[in-house]
Amino acid sequence: MENSDNLLEVRGLQMHFPFHAGGVLNRKKGFIYAVDGVDLSIKKGETLGLVGESGCGKSTTLRAIAQLHKPTAGKVLLKGKDLTKLPAHELLEMRKDMQIVFQDPYASLNPRMTTRDIVAEPMRIFTKAGLVTMTKTEIDERVEQLLERVGLSRYFKNRYPHEFSGGQRQRIGIARALALKPELVLCDEPVSALDVSIQSQILNLFKDLQEEFGLTYLFIAHDLAVIQYISNRIAVMYLGVVVEVSDSAELYKKPLHPYTQALLSAAPIPDPAIERKRQRILLTGDVPSPDQRRAGCYFYDRCQHRMDKCKANLPTLKDAGPGHQVACFLYHEPV
Amino acid sequence: MTDDVILQVKDLKTYFKLDEGLLKAVDGVSFELRKGETLGIVGESGSGKSVTNLALMRLVPVPPGRIAGGEVLFNGKDILKMSDAEIRAVRGNKISMIFQDPMTSLNPFLRVSTQLIETLVLHQGLDKKAAKEKAIEMLKLAGIPAPEKRIDQYPHQFSGGMRQRVMIAMALSCNPEILIADEPTTALDVTIQAQILELITELSERLGTAVILITHSLGVVAGMCDNICVMYAGRIVEKGDADEIFADPKHPYTQGLIKSVPRLDRENKQRLYSIPGQPPNVINLPDCCPFFPRCERAMDICKSKYPPVSAVGRGRSVACWLYGEGK
Repeated sequence: MENSDNLLEVRGLQMHFPFHAGGVLNRKKGFIYAVDGVDLSIKKGETLGLVGESGCGKSTTLRAIAQLHKPTAGKVLLKGKDLTKLPAHELLEMRKDMQIVFQDPYASLNPRMTTRDIVAEPMRIFTKAGLVTMTKTEIDERVEQLLERVGLSRYFKNRYPHEFSGGQRQRIGIARALALKPELVLCDEPVSALDVSIQSQILNLFKDLQEEFGLTYLFIAHDLAVIQYISNRIAVMYLGVVVEVSDSAELYKKPLHPYTQALLSAAPIPDPAIERKRQRILLTGDVPSPDQRRAGCYFYDRCQHRMDKCKANLPTLKDAGPGHQVACFLYHEPV
Repeated sequence: MTDDVILQVKDLKTYFKLDEGLLKAVDGVSFELRKGETLGIVGESGSGKSVTNLALMRLVPVPPGRIAGGEVLFNGKDILKMSDAEIRAVRGNKISMIFQDPMTSLNPFLRVSTQLIETLVLHQGLDKKAAKEKAIEMLKLAGIPAPEKRIDQYPHQFSGGMRQRVMIAMALSCNPEILIADEPTTALDVTIQAQILELITELSERLGTAVILITHSLGVVAGMCDNICVMYAGRIVEKGDADEIFADPKHPYTQGLIKSVPRLDRENKQRLYSIPGQPPNVINLPDCCPFFPRCERAMDICKSKYPPVSAVGRGRSVACWLYGEGK
């Protein structure tokens, strides 16, 4: 079942967070089912875009893959090794191949560290753990080389994060993620906090780096146009499950799941002539709270095409054309 | 043409005195708003779009802020010269605002009903019972299900989209002439954003309210606005009809901005354009074109003098040395 082309395979990933009643007894009241059975696979050198609205579990999925949260259930296979079962020292070794770029370039850089220390930190930690061997001068050279590669001057290395703008800070975060020459970079909304003119600079930087170093990305964003630009394949999430996976061009031409259709039609296009002609599918209501499990389809309450069978049965991802999978009973029958 | 102008902003300047120097957040902004019009103000963070609108409601904190000059004529009367009592009769009544984060603009300690009724009693002179009826009607209009029950709840019991609906209901309850919406959907998800924008369009059309929409999103502007002002470093660099600006942008900044947004309706396989460099620091900005370090078509004159505003076509203007007498 495991495909050797796949750098990362995620099988049945679940991440449930308990919540407590508070008070003296503070008993467990229930769970937030943030991620509830996610399957993903990423081939070497490709970009998988993960898109969905706030609270759908996309960031939690990324954190569970990175083992920042210990998943409740499921497998995370990086180069065939299940990260959830690895002892700490082996996991550390695997982390060399898997680095993260975070959303908020203000919160993800330590304000008391210089740029040099921030970018050098992964190399120092791995040298100390005996997993790589780099001398002080080698690390220093690599820091300069990385800073210049991401579009910052080497003379910035003694500066502190507050001296940089948002876009520049994100460049520092990218340099840090590349320090150990990872194969997989997990990007958690890396351009969402940036202004339009800076956003396109950083998106192009991600593309160039991928080409140059053969990187593989798991790229999270809530902006559909950004996801389409950067990704080869796209997975759409809703309430902790993946509802549709497809090639990026195909998804925009032929969205199958009613949620994907609504999401695409709600995304604004910067062209008044086109905007006037568009017919919007307006969803009613809000995303329900993920604090209870449902028997049927999670999208039932807001779906235009809901049927009786959707209420009692949970659709799973099934093939719907080449490279296209959808979890919806409009396209296959419940088993 | 000019008689249906309800708001005229002339050469508005708002400065902040900081330890680092003088921050010219808004430096000579002029625009007009007509009855029933939707005007978009677009710009990146720090371009002065929010301060412009705080200034025209006289909500800029003084000190460190200071309205350094200009006029804001609302139905012919200068808001900047009004007495406190006069301006209180305008704020929330004739001109109302909604903000980006509906949680921080509603009082978390008070029921929604208390907050809605307060506005109506104060401005419309209704008694409490009539005000509550009107408030329920407004919530219903804003698309809140079971408004009779929900009106007695607290803000935290509403979701983000619902809170923004409450804000819209409150802002429109006194039937204002102008609604200023400052990034009303930035904190919301796309599907909720579409709902809220639809609601603002529908209600403003029905009530005949003019809207000033402040946003950084070109997509939102394209779908909503009749006219647009593009701001950069405290000034309006381009102004005019929305369709024309999107079809044929004149200022190099507008051109770059439109080209650098990835678009859903295109096969985005070719490389995105990006404007080089960073937005300028507006503290102690020299009197030259603030865009010249990032501009592909910068000339010598751009480095020494701020370009005058030149008319380019009907109702369109641009502040750039490439046009007008500077050419």
